[in-house]
Amino acid sequence: MIRYAARRLLEAVPILIGIVTLIFLLLHLAPGDPATAYFNPNVSPEIIDRMRENLGLDRPLHEQYLRWLRSFFTGDFGYSFSQHRPVADVIRDALPNTLLLSAVSLVLIFVVGCAVGAVQAVRQYSALDNVTTFVSLFVYSMPGFWLGLMLILAFSSPAMPEFLRLPISGVTSIDYEFMGPIERIVDRVRHLVLPSFALGIASAAGVARYMRGSLLEVINQDYIRTARAKGLSERRVILKHALRNALIPIVSLLGLYLPLLFGGSVVIEVVFSWPGMGRALYNAILARDYPVVMAASFLFGVLVLGANLLADMLYAVIDPRIRTD
Amino acid sequence: MASPLLQILDLRTYFATDLGEARAVDGISFDVREGETVALVGESGCGKSVTALSILRLLPEPPGRLLAGSSVRLRGEELTSAADSRLREVRGGEISMIFQEPMTSLNPVFPIGQQVSEAIREHEAMSTGPGERDAVAARRVAIEWLDRVGIPDPEQRYGYYPHQLSGGMRQRVMIAMALSTRPSLLIADEPTTALDVTVQRQILELLASLQEEMGTAVLLITHDLGVVAQVADRVLVMYAGQIVEESSVEALFRDPQHPYTEGLLQAIPDLEERRERLAEIPGNVPRATAWPTGCRFRPRCPYAWSRCRDVPDLTRYGPAEQSAARCWLADEPERRRSGYGFGTRSPDGRREGGES
Repeated sequence: MIRYAARRLLEAVPILIGIVTLIFLLLHLAPGDPATAYFNPNVSPEIIDRMRENLGLDRPLHEQYLRWLRSFFTGDFGYSFSQHRPVADVIRDALPNTLLLSAVSLVLIFVVGCAVGAVQAVRQYSALDNVTTFVSLFVYSMPGFWLGLMLILAFSSPAMPEFLRLPISGVTSIDYEFMGPIERIVDRVRHLVLPSFALGIASAAGVARYMRGSLLEVINQDYIRTARAKGLSERRVILKHALRNALIPIVSLLGLYLPLLFGGSVVIEVVFSWPGMGRALYNAILARDYPVVMAASFLFGVLVLGANLLADMLYAVIDPRIRTD
Repeated sequence: MASPLLQILDLRTYFATDLGEARAVDGISFDVREGETVALVGESGCGKSVTALSILRLLPEPPGRLLAGSSVRLRGEELTSAADSRLREVRGGEISMIFQEPMTSLNPVFPIGQQVSEAIREHEAMSTGPGERDAVAARRVAIEWLDRVGIPDPEQRYGYYPHQLSGGMRQRVMIAMALSTRPSLLIADEPTTALDVTVQRQILELLASLQEEMGTAVLLITHDLGVVAQVADRVLVMYAGQIVEESSVEALFRDPQHPYTEGLLQAIPDLEERRERLAEIPGNVPRATAWPTGCRFRPRCPYAWSRCRDVPDLTRYGPAEQSAARCWLADEPERRRSGYGFGTRSPDGRREGGES
């Protein structure tokens, strides 16, 4: 198991170099550069040239590439052109917010998805099954940014009763500094509700569909009949014997949905003004802030690779047939 | 008279299908007495597995349903109307079951020993020693049983997963799981069909020796008359959802009454006599949504005559009316002419020894 993990980690290195190279090429293929982002008729071309020189943008492309590659291996992400502070600082501020939002969404996706799918399978063709199937298809078909905007409209509307209103932007309230410890937690949780819902609900609907199908297939297996023939309660048959088997294909969805989650976080963080990596990346792209774009893309790449590794390890934990001895 | 261990009366199990209602089991009655081995034989699709699953109500409902009037009694206690909690005590406790497919009958994600001890704990079939916890006692009993069914090194195999064992070993685990709760009746649904011939023999011998030790009654479901001859006391022959003949093993092999039984016996390959092709019963088992009217075997029966358009009764005969056959030949035995019956087919398709 440990050897397997180590091998997978080694395999990740060339993939990461590939990601870094691709990001670099894409950025330089796109028109414009950081200097033109400050473009202003009052700025003379000489000053723009001097800016390029300062930022190292006048060097040949391969030199820029090697410098950038080297800085990565030394853990130096460079200096943000637009925020005028080290990229490491930008990441330190933004990454925890993104991880928090993603983690909450991930739990929502898999806990809600699996629970709904399992209930649908156990009550196949019931009214409950039909209604939740309709709702999950509806939610699944909705674009995240639109759902986010609708949630903002609904929850900030004056028509919404006061106690139901939820914060629609940011991580904390303005008066967060003056709150007690419990109030602070409540405040953070309240801020998490809408963005994590908008980010995760479509994927949760997808997981529910998979879970329903998977559990229905498992319920018809011979070993479920064996479990019933042993005299186990229906609850135990489903929760112990069927669920574990049904979860095997779901685990592989983890590797599939995490990239979607990080991709979605760019949009959702912008919509909900959530100061995370997604929003930092979005703003950096607009500002042609190469170091931040590259660092953020790189980090997303690392997260996705890590998630896939985690999914594969979980696979082995849950299915003894995969374990290599 | 004490009620038999298992008494089945007019059991009917129907399924809703796209082609209409399938009458898979259509009014069968039989008894299983304490300690005896009863074989239920018939071709695929005759309803024998459905019968077995109906006893413990293990069929998916819907599409399956037990018709009103069906009765399954365990020592006189009606099971068809029993509460779920009582049914769960019976399942795996008083009546255990093993299945045809050892490869898929064990849960792939749990160690085999745990699957055995789960049954033991569910039915509390262990006595906890001083200072011993339930789980530990169940584990100890499970290991004893793995040893008893001939699994080498049971202590270590306890933690093995099903995919680490062969089909024969898995069936041994199933037997351990089924018998470790000391049931009065074991329903074995084609327990050896999926196994190699040599392994088949070992499993049958294992079942027979455990049965002798424990006095468990066995309802053996099979299509293999060789297996029947080896282990059964009594035989029930099933065709098209009904029992067509009931007899002791000796009587059945010596003097089959129903033409279907006769056909089955003739279809057993004979090592002494080399034939071009094996004898066969022409045609297939009809579909359960459309059984033939009258005698259900009529379209495939070499003796069929006009009277067979009426449904024949199950006629009892022999000492203490132990035997029965559902055939009009019981009334008109002269119609069973010698040299008539299921012959072999010559390569050109002409039946030899058939209608001449």
